[in-house]
Order: sequence, then structure tokens, then C-alpha cells
Amino acid sequence: MRINRPVTQRQCWWLLATAVSVLAPLARQLPLWLVAAITGTLLIRGLLTYRQWRLPPRWLLVPLTFIGTGLVLWHYRTLVGRVPGIALLAVLLSLKLLELRVARDALTVVLLAYFLVLAQFMFDQGIPAGLLAVLSVVITTATLAAASDDRPPPLALVRRCAIMLLQGIPFMLVLFILFPRIDGPLWGLPQDRHSATSGLSDSMSPGSIAQLAQSDAVAFRVKFDGPVPPQSQLYWRGPVMSDYDGRTWRVTQRNIVRPQVPYLIDNTARDAIRYELTLEPHGQRWLMVLEMPDAPPANAGLTSDLQFLSNQAVRTRLRYTQTSVPDTAFGQDETPQELASALTLPRSGNPRIREVAATWRVQANSQVGAGDTAITATPAADALILKAAEEFFLRQLLAYTLTPPLLGENAVDDFVFGTKKGFCEHFASAFVFALRAAGVPARVVAGYQGGEINPVDGFLVVRQYDAHAWTEVWLSGRGWVRIDPTAITMPRRIADNFISAVPSGEPIPLFARADLSWLRAVRNRFDAVANGWNQMVLGYNAAKQREFLQNLGIGEPDWRRMTALLAGICGVLMLLLTTWILWQRQKLDPALRIWQNFARKLERRGIQWQPWEGPLDFAQRAGEHWPERREQIHAFAQRYARLRYARTTDEGKTSALNALRRALRAI
Amino acid sequence: MSATPSRASDAMQAVLTAANSLILGKPREIRLSLTCLLARGHLLIEDLPGVGKTTLSQVLAKLLGLAFQRVQFTSDMLPADIIGVSVFERDRGVFRFHPGPVFSQVVLADEINRATPKTQSALLEAMEERQVTVEGETRLLPEPFFVIATQNPTHQIGTFPLPESQLDRFLLRLRLGYPDPAAERALLAGEDRRSLLNALTPSCQPEDLRAAQALVRGVHASAALIEYVQSIAAFTRAAPDWQSGLSPRAALGLLMAARAWAWLEGRDHVLPEDVQTVLPGIVGHRLRAVDESREVGAGETAATRIIESVALP
Repeated sequence: MRINRPVTQRQCWWLLATAVSVLAPLARQLPLWLVAAITGTLLIRGLLTYRQWRLPPRWLLVPLTFIGTGLVLWHYRTLVGRVPGIALLAVLLSLKLLELRVARDALTVVLLAYFLVLAQFMFDQGIPAGLLAVLSVVITTATLAAASDDRPPPLALVRRCAIMLLQGIPFMLVLFILFPRIDGPLWGLPQDRHSATSGLSDSMSPGSIAQLAQSDAVAFRVKFDGPVPPQSQLYWRGPVMSDYDGRTWRVTQRNIVRPQVPYLIDNTARDAIRYELTLEPHGQRWLMVLEMPDAPPANAGLTSDLQFLSNQAVRTRLRYTQTSVPDTAFGQDETPQELASALTLPRSGNPRIREVAATWRVQANSQVGAGDTAITATPAADALILKAAEEFFLRQLLAYTLTPPLLGENAVDDFVFGTKKGFCEHFASAFVFALRAAGVPARVVAGYQGGEINPVDGFLVVRQYDAHAWTEVWLSGRGWVRIDPTAITMPRRIADNFISAVPSGEPIPLFARADLSWLRAVRNRFDAVANGWNQMVLGYNAAKQREFLQNLGIGEPDWRRMTALLAGICGVLMLLLTTWILWQRQKLDPALRIWQNFARKLERRGIQWQPWEGPLDFAQRAGEHWPERREQIHAFAQRYARLRYARTTDEGKTSALNALRRALRAI
Repeated sequence: MSATPSRASDAMQAVLTAANSLILGKPREIRLSLTCLLARGHLLIEDLPGVGKTTLSQVLAKLLGLAFQRVQFTSDMLPADIIGVSVFERDRGVFRFHPGPVFSQVVLADEINRATPKTQSALLEAMEERQVTVEGETRLLPEPFFVIATQNPTHQIGTFPLPESQLDRFLLRLRLGYPDPAAERALLAGEDRRSLLNALTPSCQPEDLRAAQALVRGVHASAALIEYVQSIAAFTRAAPDWQSGLSPRAALGLLMAARAWAWLEGRDHVLPEDVQTVLPGIVGHRLRAVDESREVGAGETAATRIIESVALP
């Protein structure tokens, strides 16, 4: 391809198609004004191409480039980082299209397009994104082919490039399997202020979990080693909240204080549950674990209130194996500070529930014979108070709803005595408030409850709508005991799932609806495929690679051996391919091979043979360019034409080929 | 009298020389129309009135020594006006068939697109079958049988454009175009064409034409060339420029015309150049551009696009 050849109209269309195919998937990440500006530029370029008008002059393009860069800088306050960088490249790509003059410009656009295809993966590595990227790569490659020869029809170009990419698959597989992996991301991406992920947060106010229940995004997936435990045991522990300001519960402390769990766990016990959990990124540090877990996974630790925290916020998909034993008691020897913080309440507010709680304390204390003073905390009475609280909540006939009414200043009173309608956070919040008011240490635990087995691949899928809040109550001698106030009033929420507990007619996520079984079946299949992709392709990290190579019998591979292996296999593949191509060429008519040598010879003289040009026509043209050799050229072309197109015998052919070679040497 | 290869060839060269002396400045078109005849195909000439369409066909018929009939197509013409009609003879009490103008060796169908489709199709069927059936009786047409149809550009008023299926029956379509200035000056200064035409004597015998047609069929097309012709047909089918590609009949015609051209050039084998030379005449009336208003991919443009897109095998 001559680098200074002007770009044709067809090539312009190809380049525009490439730009659209690589920019469209990125549009979601860019601000609206930028998308509009780029779309406008592309439309103008399309009009210029269609009408074959002149391109804007350089004195206009240079300021435009500066303005575009300046606007990106103004919007993001920086040019460094994932999104600003891509925004800048998108601006430059669209402006470069206004400057398409010669083949070199077209090449620049193609290379930029390849990079932007790669950039998509910084945001999404799912299967749809992968398929979209394959499409973009095919279009971009076809554009590259069109940049050197735009005459074949578009479909033929696309097909040819698709075949070329298919031929690259063996290399891709070898590179994927053998390229040395590094633990952790390949390069440190600056954290984005602009990215947001859904999931539990470090605070809980009335309505916050109900809002989460509208999302059917996957929170995490679990593969159990043995049978799946019953639904009522599937409490996935997340943030623990102890601070209450009258409206919002907050996580108290987030520093890791313990390397080990503070309780004895017998992970050889019969009811020990072993599982592997794949956590979707949620931007926070909690690792969801089934209650009660054994030691935290690598790069993670425990807080004093038993939250499992990763060392960094979870921004990539994380996989860890864990063992849990349900109903393990812990915290019998809880520190006084911890207990004190589990009793703290705002000074005022919610007088009615405080009043009720005070009566529980008085009754319980009198029952255990500790006098009727409401202030004295008597451990033996705490169990009685808990029982009274449970009975009280049952008697209130509270209703479970996804659309709880708004609450006033005294949120707990309003809920328990007024609206009587709430989601799990209302129940947990009110219950902990009442117990603390009665002097029993209690706290809120947020996390997920339940999950759904995907029958296609056997993974338990836990979605955002499985988010739940429950409580932990400290009883002397027993430690922290899990009490789920939602289950007291609405046992079906725990035994089955939250959908069955919600009254009919309330808006629930489309995929969670029980009546659309076919939709669920489709969703399950799709989810199983996506999960397989996550586990096999995206999750192919250094550890998996080591394991896989060991299974292949490569032993403990270091990066040197792996590089050697990589080079070796790629070399063998190349050798096979080259042999095949040479063999194909061997099958060519020998006369045609001599003709190709002739064409190369003339090309060195600056006479380019067009692949469609007949031999005599070409000889005519070449003779005009090179008059000194006109006769030899004509003689050669005549011989070649006879040999290739006239009737020949086998004996005659050999001598004719020799004569043709001599004629070529004569030129 | 037996016709030897060189005799047939000489005769055809003589035809070309004589035709060129009468029709000035159109050697390529004359050679192409003779090519068409040698390939046993029918010829369609599309151009404005008065550029010499009729003269060309008359000259060819005369020089080849063939019987010539001219039919002027009009909108009120009936099929019987072309094929002929059976008339009852009262004296003898029988029907007798009066053959129409189609029973001739060279039929000039002038302004074929002025007639109604019904009449057009009567002629076109005769062209394909080389026979006509009248009242249950099949009559063979004379041999050789060669139709030269002329047609006005279709945008003129009062025309019935030929449908694609019938256009496909014409092997080649030519456009004569205006003569170049030198030729036109010679034409204006020279003798009256009509008297020249009347004075014309045949340059060859009917046997020579038959021999030439047989020789053309024997021109060698190598495997590489056949692959080339097939690639051309395949390209027209795959490319988005045209509503539909070339039919297998058109591909056969392309090969046959290329053979005839190669033979006229004095070769016993076909070269890609021959295919490329006859290609505009083959595709001009067969390929219809997707976007007809833009005239991209019609006629010469189409041929150029095909030639420059299909690499030699």
C-alpha cells in the first residue's frame, strides 16, 4: 500500500463505519455533550463524503483539536485516567476523520480504532461486550483491508477478514493459556470518581434496602461442595451496624483487628459447609460469608464485630473458598466497650417504644428476683426480655411490604404503632431499638438472605433483591445470637424467598416474578453461560494457570519456561501455516509463478501490474513505459499467454516453460 | 465447395474491410457485431435515430450474402405481422401459410420497443427457439438466423421497455454513438450511402459463415480462462451494485462472444483481454443498477467496475 495515495470515497465510508462501531459501545461512559459533539462530527464527515466536498482546512482543524482537548480537560479536570483518556481519544478519532487525505491518515484511524476496541474492556468484560468487540474488530480489519484495496464488495471484505481472524484463533488460545499471568491487575488504573456499583452500603436507613430489592443484578454466586443447605440457613453476613442517630444505622469501625475468628470452629464437623464464592465488584470492602465462617481468605481480615473486610475495596470480581458451620456461638467474652456501644441510643425520640421496653425490663427483673429497677442490667433477665420483645412484635401484626410508607421523626414509633408496614430494615431497626431501650445489647447485621439455585450449572445465585437486614442480640453465657425480626412476623421470607412474603400487586423485579417461569428459565441459562465465562475466561488468573499447566504435566512453570513454551508453540504454528501457504503456491500453475516474477521485476521499474490486467494489455502498457525492452516484454507476454491460455501438451509444456524462463531473463 | 479455416477467416476479414469502407469511424462496433453473429447470438443496438443502426445491419446482411428483411415495429403491430398468417384459399379450399418477415436469415427489427409486449415476445420467442409454431404446425426458421433489433433509448415517449428476461436473449448490446469529427466530415463529403449500399456485393459465401461459426466453437478456453469467466459471473452476483447478477446463460454468452472475438483476432485460444473487450456489450443491458437514478454501475461503468474488481485467476 502506498502511504501517500489519496483516500477514496469508499474508504471514507469504511472508516466512518469503523468509527461508529468502536465509539458506540463507549458512548455510555462519555458525557452527553461529548457524545453529541462526536455524533455531529461524524454526521458532517458523512455529508462531506456523500457530496464529495472538500475537507476543512488545517487552520480550522488545529484550533478544533485544542478546543476538544480543552473541553475534555475542563469536564474531567484531568486528562489522566480511564474515562478522561478515552474521551480524549474519541475526540481525536472523530477529528482525525476530518483530516483523511492520504492512506497514512486512514492507517492512523485504524490503529486508534483497534485501541478503542480494547478500551471497552476497561468497563465491561462480559460476553455481550466481547461479542461487540469481535464485531468491531472485524469491521476495523475490513477497513484496513479496504485501505489497501477498496474494490471488492463490502461483504466479501468482511468475510475475508472474518476468516483471517478465525485463522488467528490458535495463536489467541496459545497466548491466552500460556502468557505469564501476574497476580492482580496488569496496570494500576486510577480509581474513578465516576464509577458507581450497586450493593449494600455502610449505612442503612428506612427504605434503603427496599430500594435495593428492585435490582436483579447478581451480587455473588456460590458453588457448594456438598448439598445446598436449607434456605433458612443461608444468612450471608455483610456489614454490621451499631451506630444509630434516630434514623440511620452506620457501621462503627472498619479497621481490621483480628487475623483469626474469635471462636472455635470445627470445620470437620458433619454440618460444615464448604463453598467457593465469586463476588461481583461492589466498591466496598466487605466479603460476604455464610454465618459462621472460619478464617478469612488471603488479603482479608476481621473486625471486632466480625465483619470480613478485604484489604482493598472490591473493584474486580473476587473469588474465595470458605468453610462455614451454622449456629456457631461466638462472643461469650465480649469486651465491655463492645457491649456498651451495642446499648447506645439517641438521647430522645421514640417515647412509646421506650415506654414499652421499660415495662419488659421491670417484668423480667421481677421474674428473676432482681428487684423492679428499670436501670439495672441483669443478664438472666435479658433472655426473658428477648422473649417478651419477640412476642410483642408478633402481636403488633406488622406487615411486610416493598413500598413502605414514609416515617416521621420518631421512625420506630411510627412504624410499630402507626403505619405497621415495613421492609426488613424497618423490622431490624425497630427490634434493635426496642432491645437497647430495654438494656439488652443488640446490633443490626446487613447482608443477603437466601439465593436461588440455577438448575443449569448448579450455582447458587444471590441477587441484590436478596439483600436483607437482621439483628444480633448478646445474651450472657450464649454470646451473640442471631434473631431475625422479619422472620418473626413473616416466616415465609426466610423459609422461601422475599417474593412470597411481599403482598401481591407490589412492584417486584421482572425476573423475580414467579409467574414468568419461561423468562426465569431463559435467565437461568444466560446466567449460567455468563458464570462459566467468568469462571473459565475472566477468572483465569495466575493460580488457575499454574493448576492448568500442572494438569498438562508442565510442572511448576516459571515465566521463563512459559515464555519459551509460548515462543515454541507459536513458532510451530507459524511453520505449519507457512508450509501450508507454500504448498498452496506449489499447486499454482508454474507459468503463473514465472508471471509473478515478471510482474515483480517490472514493479521494480515502477510499472505496477494490476491483478485484473490481461498479459497482452499489460505488455502493451509496460512497453510504453520501458521502450528499450518493449520487444522482450512483448515476446515474454506472448509466450506466457500461449502457455497459460492455449491448448498445450505435457511435453510441449516443459520446453515452453523453459523458453518462458529464458524470455524473462532476456528482459 | 469446401471451406477451409483460412478461407473462412479471410472471408470474414474481407467482410470487415468492406464494412469499414462504408460505415466510417466505427471499426470496433462493426467487429463486435460480426463477433455477435459468429457466436450465433442476436444483436441489440440502442441509440438515437439516425446514427446508422439500419445501415449497419443492412451492410452486414449484404456482405455476408444473407437474405434480409426489415420490420418496422409500431404500437399497433400484431404477432401475425411478424410470424405470418394462414389464409384460406377459396379456389383450392385449403389454408395456406404466408410466412411473415421473420422467415429470413437476417431480420432487422427496427425500434423494437415501439411494439406492445405481446408482439415483442412473439419475435423474441422465435429468436430463442429458432422456430415458430403456427396453428399447431412447427416451422423451422432459416439457418443462419440472426436478429438485429434496434431500440430507442427507453426514456423516449411511446416505448415499451423490454423486460430483463427478454433482454437476456440478446447476446450483445451496442451503442453506436455519433461518429468522430473526421469520420463525419468524410461521411458528409462522400457519396450517397444508399447508392453505395445498393452497389454492395457479398464478400463471402454462406458456407464461409457456417464454417466460421463452427471454427469459433472450437476456439480453446483454458481452465484458467473458464475460472475467470466464472469469477466475473460470481462477482456480479455478490456485489451490491446491481439488482441481480449475470445468469448462467449470460456467462455462456460471454465465453462464446470472447471466443468469436479471439477468432477474429486470429487466435485459437481465448485471452482475458477478449473477455474484457466483449464484456461491456454483455453486461450493459443485463445488469440493472440498484440505484438506477444515479447511473452508477450501468453500461460501460459496470464493465469497468467488474474488470477492475475481478483478479485474473
